[in-house]
Amino acid sequence: MLIVSCPCCGVTAEETEFHAHGEAHITRHTVGSSDDDMETYLFMRKNPKGVHFERWRHQYGCGKWFLMARDTVTLEVFGTYPAQTTEPPADLLELIDAKRPGWREGA
Amino acid sequence: MSTRLATGGRLLNKSNALSFRFNGTEMRGYEGDTLASALLANDQMLVGRSFKYHRPRGVVAAGPEEPNGLVNLGRGDRFEPNARVTTTELFEDLYAESQNHWPSLEFDVGAINKYLSRFLPAGFYYKMFIHPRPLWKHVYEPFIRHSAGLGKAPKERDGDTYEHVHAFCDVLVIGGGVAGLEAARAAALTGARVIVMEQYAHWGGRTPVDRGEIDGAPAQDWIDATLTELAGMENVTLRTRTMGAGVYDHGYVLGYERLTDHAPDLDGPRHRLWRVRARHIITATGALERPLSFAGNDIPGVMLAAAMRDYVVNWGVSVGDRTVVVTNNDDAYLTAIALKHAGLDVPAILDARVLPQDSELMAQAKALGIRVLMGHAISSVKGVKRVTGVAVCSQAGAGAVLEEIACDAVAMSGGWSPVVHLWSHCGGKLRWDTGNACFSPHPDHPPLGADGAQFVTTAGAASGMFQLDDVLNDAFAAADGVTRTLGLKLPRAVAAPKGERREEAPMAPVWLMPQGASVKLREKAWLDYQNDVKVSDVRLAAQEGFVSVEHAKRYTTLGMATDQGKLSNINGLAVLAGALNEDIPAVGTTTFRPPYHPISMGAIAGEARDAVFQPVRRTPLHDWHDANGAQWEPVGQWRRPYAYKREGESTRDAVMREVTNTRQKLGLLDASTLGKIIVKGPDAGKFLDMLYTNMMSTLKPGKCRYGLMCNDNGFLIDDGVVARIDDDTWLCHTTTGGAERIHAHMEEWLQTEWWDWQVYVANVTEQYAQIAVVGPNARKALERLGGVDVSKEALGFMEWAEGTLGGYAVRIYRISFSGELSYEIAVDASHGQALWDTLLAVGADLGAAPYGTEALHILRAEKGFIMIGDETDGTVIPQDLGLHWALSKKKDDYLGKRAQERSHMADPDRWKLVGLETVDGSTLPDGAYAVGEGKNENGQRNMIGRVTSSYHSPTLDKGIAMGLVLHGPDRMGEVLDFPGTDGKTYQAKIVDPVFYDKEGTKQDV
Amino acid sequence: MSDPVSALHHATNSEGLVSICEIGPVGMITLRGDLSAKPFQKAAIAAGGVNIPNQGRCLMELDRGIAWMSPDELLILCRYDDVAGKLGDLNGKLAKHHALAVNVSDARAVFELRGARVREVMAKLAPVDLHPEVFTPGMFRRTRLGQVAAAFWMPEEDVVRLICFRSSAQYVFDLLGVASQKGSEVDLF
Repeated sequence: MLIVSCPCCGVTAEETEFHAHGEAHITRHTVGSSDDDMETYLFMRKNPKGVHFERWRHQYGCGKWFLMARDTVTLEVFGTYPAQTTEPPADLLELIDAKRPGWREGA
Repeated sequence: MSTRLATGGRLLNKSNALSFRFNGTEMRGYEGDTLASALLANDQMLVGRSFKYHRPRGVVAAGPEEPNGLVNLGRGDRFEPNARVTTTELFEDLYAESQNHWPSLEFDVGAINKYLSRFLPAGFYYKMFIHPRPLWKHVYEPFIRHSAGLGKAPKERDGDTYEHVHAFCDVLVIGGGVAGLEAARAAALTGARVIVMEQYAHWGGRTPVDRGEIDGAPAQDWIDATLTELAGMENVTLRTRTMGAGVYDHGYVLGYERLTDHAPDLDGPRHRLWRVRARHIITATGALERPLSFAGNDIPGVMLAAAMRDYVVNWGVSVGDRTVVVTNNDDAYLTAIALKHAGLDVPAILDARVLPQDSELMAQAKALGIRVLMGHAISSVKGVKRVTGVAVCSQAGAGAVLEEIACDAVAMSGGWSPVVHLWSHCGGKLRWDTGNACFSPHPDHPPLGADGAQFVTTAGAASGMFQLDDVLNDAFAAADGVTRTLGLKLPRAVAAPKGERREEAPMAPVWLMPQGASVKLREKAWLDYQNDVKVSDVRLAAQEGFVSVEHAKRYTTLGMATDQGKLSNINGLAVLAGALNEDIPAVGTTTFRPPYHPISMGAIAGEARDAVFQPVRRTPLHDWHDANGAQWEPVGQWRRPYAYKREGESTRDAVMREVTNTRQKLGLLDASTLGKIIVKGPDAGKFLDMLYTNMMSTLKPGKCRYGLMCNDNGFLIDDGVVARIDDDTWLCHTTTGGAERIHAHMEEWLQTEWWDWQVYVANVTEQYAQIAVVGPNARKALERLGGVDVSKEALGFMEWAEGTLGGYAVRIYRISFSGELSYEIAVDASHGQALWDTLLAVGADLGAAPYGTEALHILRAEKGFIMIGDETDGTVIPQDLGLHWALSKKKDDYLGKRAQERSHMADPDRWKLVGLETVDGSTLPDGAYAVGEGKNENGQRNMIGRVTSSYHSPTLDKGIAMGLVLHGPDRMGEVLDFPGTDGKTYQAKIVDPVFYDKEGTKQDV
Repeated sequence: MSDPVSALHHATNSEGLVSICEIGPVGMITLRGDLSAKPFQKAAIAAGGVNIPNQGRCLMELDRGIAWMSPDELLILCRYDDVAGKLGDLNGKLAKHHALAVNVSDARAVFELRGARVREVMAKLAPVDLHPEVFTPGMFRRTRLGQVAAAFWMPEEDVVRLICFRSSAQYVFDLLGVASQKGSEVDLF
């Protein structure tokens, strides 16, 4: 069971206070999009062995959604950041580069 | 025979004699005994029968690694199967029965299996019972099930209580032997918050038995002093009878505290599960002695050497009068010496090694007059239910008997394996230690935590250190290193205590005794006592191609019993490696999984049982319902009244009465569970237009509108009435089960997609008691209360008003889920009961009576209103339900709009909603499928529809139903076949889903 | 109008390690908005009678105060009868700003736990470090209690106040009773 730090309320707590909501940074496609784009949006998800960006909610706490970068194999948490963004923060990416050289090729 | 010695027994309180019963016989023991030591003290060596061959088995060990001594413990609501005699502390009136035998422990019919053992090799069941196939279900499986299984399942509810506790610390030390105590001491001196868990009731581990000095004094002195020091430190929590059961991700550890197992009369919970978050874990879990594999090594009286000395030193119990010691290492000499000191006979030590010179311990043994035979081994053990002697051979040969030695016990030692379980649970890797012939933690491959850094460190014997000074130094170094990583520092001048060092001769790995043992001997050389796996089985598995250790384990069941192979695994995989001509490290180990030792289901459940098994949500009117005949229906975590039964009524009678009363007079419904969500802000209208399929931004303040909500996959997820409160505020009603889910859904879109939209939402579901006042007399009743004008002109259908009604501050919504004249009244929950009472009183002569959820369902079904969860199941879109009118064509976008254009969604063959009316007036089985022409590729009849809701309508006095049917709306009048699970086929005609008041005049009066 | 009735009619349990008492109804207003905006702060301070607490904290006086709920939400606590007036004030002061103030007094139940073992009773049910040096009076923690959501704070040492949803009040009351049963001392703190 993981320990998660909520960037919205500053609480670090065990996973039972939180809920995982799948992959982060999904682009919403809608009216006017092609069938392929819709398929990608609705169904195609990464399943990486390694670095993964995901959505979490502090369900029993402040109720906020946030994003987390995590290694799906070692369960190392690289960091959490607010959900109001379309890409991971640069400093977090740098940290992951340092810890997992070459991870982007697999991503 | 085994017996209690006149002296010795450092853990006993001989002033407190206890009596207990085993298989009906009254026996005596002392406070401080385990059930194992007490049984042995009463000469009860035979404690059980093995799983497969029902061989007589005795106690082999003195701790949680014990494979044989499993009993049915206790009676009635305190009955527990598979309790281990070695970890069960004795108490007055303890009641135990041996298990896995019939008719008795002494005489067991199943023991005939041992004569068949040649025919019951590894994989026997797989091979034997596969043919002929039909026999499996009716002949083989019942037989195997009958003969399988260890203890009996409890018949009564568990009479005890359990609990969890969440604990946090910097350093969790698991194991309270000298290594654990030293690690805890050093860690605590840095100021770290330390918790120490010891599985036994006493501290100090093996050291007091194995002897040795610390800082020049007996180890016990140092243990006592260190405990006193730790107990005096604010930052230290000490716990005995608490086992570190499992290590999990990110420093999560489960500790299993047994509070009253040793004293069942105490108040409070029986077990407590510690849910610990530790920044770092030090596992000082010691080591386990390995058995040796020789023929007859399972005969009662053959015991691990260290266990035998535990029984002598800790509990003053001699296992036998004449004990032959067989070993491949120096440690077992301690047993011979301890037995001699206790005045018992040791006719010989059979040492498989050939050494150039005697070690210190060998010299000591010889000085005591013990005959030491180097290079010797046991060819076989004599005896059936008890050892009577051993046949001696040379280890190098094939087992030719050189002499026989009469004895009634055998102490064996195959060397020691560090307890690496907790290190391994969360990914710590092992390496092969050639010198000690064991797997030990690989310091370069530790378990990694949340930050990617090591979070488990081993100390002492768990690291593979077996000399007292190494153990203490390792523990100190572990604590020092760990606390440094936590940013803490030891005060200067703190150092590890000085442990005694004993010169020992190197051990020699012995995986089979004698090394060239014949097939006949190998078939009697047990590896796994509990699951009856022998050396020959593992060899057979290897021969048949099960070369992976994980496969060989499952094929032979080696290590799969309740002891999880604590004694058998290393020996087993060494045999496998031998058979495969591989190195042991190349074969590797099976996976270590938590818990280390079985823990109770009660402890896992904790407080969650009986009234608090799971939360039950109650409305403000709950107690009234309960006192007035409510038959409860769980709706999510809520309890809602299904119907209110009156004297002499069946539940069905009550439902029918409630429907009729509501249609003809006045019904009251507790609608408090319906979700109520406030949505407010400059962008609230735009937001709701995205969330609902229809237009909500154009709703005028004071008006209500029914809306549908889809997810972006296009599927219906909720529905409900939306009321516009003011210019920038809406109140959205959701289904009972939808309140939290839809609130979260709204927050999700606002926080993760449209975070620049100015909208706030708040879930105010529980702020209000909501009461539906329904039926032709509804207006009359409310008018009597006075206050808000509820006339048709002032408060029209699908409007709401705020004001005071009979003195209550309320909001009244004129909405109808029944087709009748209906008002839903929201009042602050703290006044809900009072308003309900007032309504019942004022409507008494108007026929006011409560109705429950089943009547609600029938009322809505008669009107053809859909119900989320009945007509929808997560794969249904509004178009399937004929709800096109609720899909806005003016909006560019809403959640689900684009998805509903996908080819599968637009497929004309999707099943569509229709009404169903049985030909004979009976009620269709809910969920029944309609069958059509032909069969599918699996030979099943083609299905062309299914029933989504079905009721008996008292209004129409016939069965009515809704269902999804292929091309349904185009097939009005057609009769379909619905085979039921009762063997009958029901026939129903496709009709319009609105059965009652098609024009909707009744609700709009 | 009737007298307001709290969820459990002030149920008490003083059989166990701590005394448990339901103390509603308590006035509560959920206030959402931009916590850093001056008009919002002024309105909140006026309603709560105390300053805006920092993240994860609450400022409480006898029967009023403010708790920090999330980056855009405060909980105003007051006397039950004062809610309507305060809501009116808040709505007036924040009329020109994007904010939301709603009455949630009736949607909640409030418990008070008293006794030297309140920390360990809470530690049995909530996955929170309740060590006296870690969880101190002034902190406000939203978390899980058994299987339901709850929030709690310590007005002073040996006292815990706890808010849960009204519908789960009975569950929480029973749960606290189990956790404080006789003979279940942990001696953790």
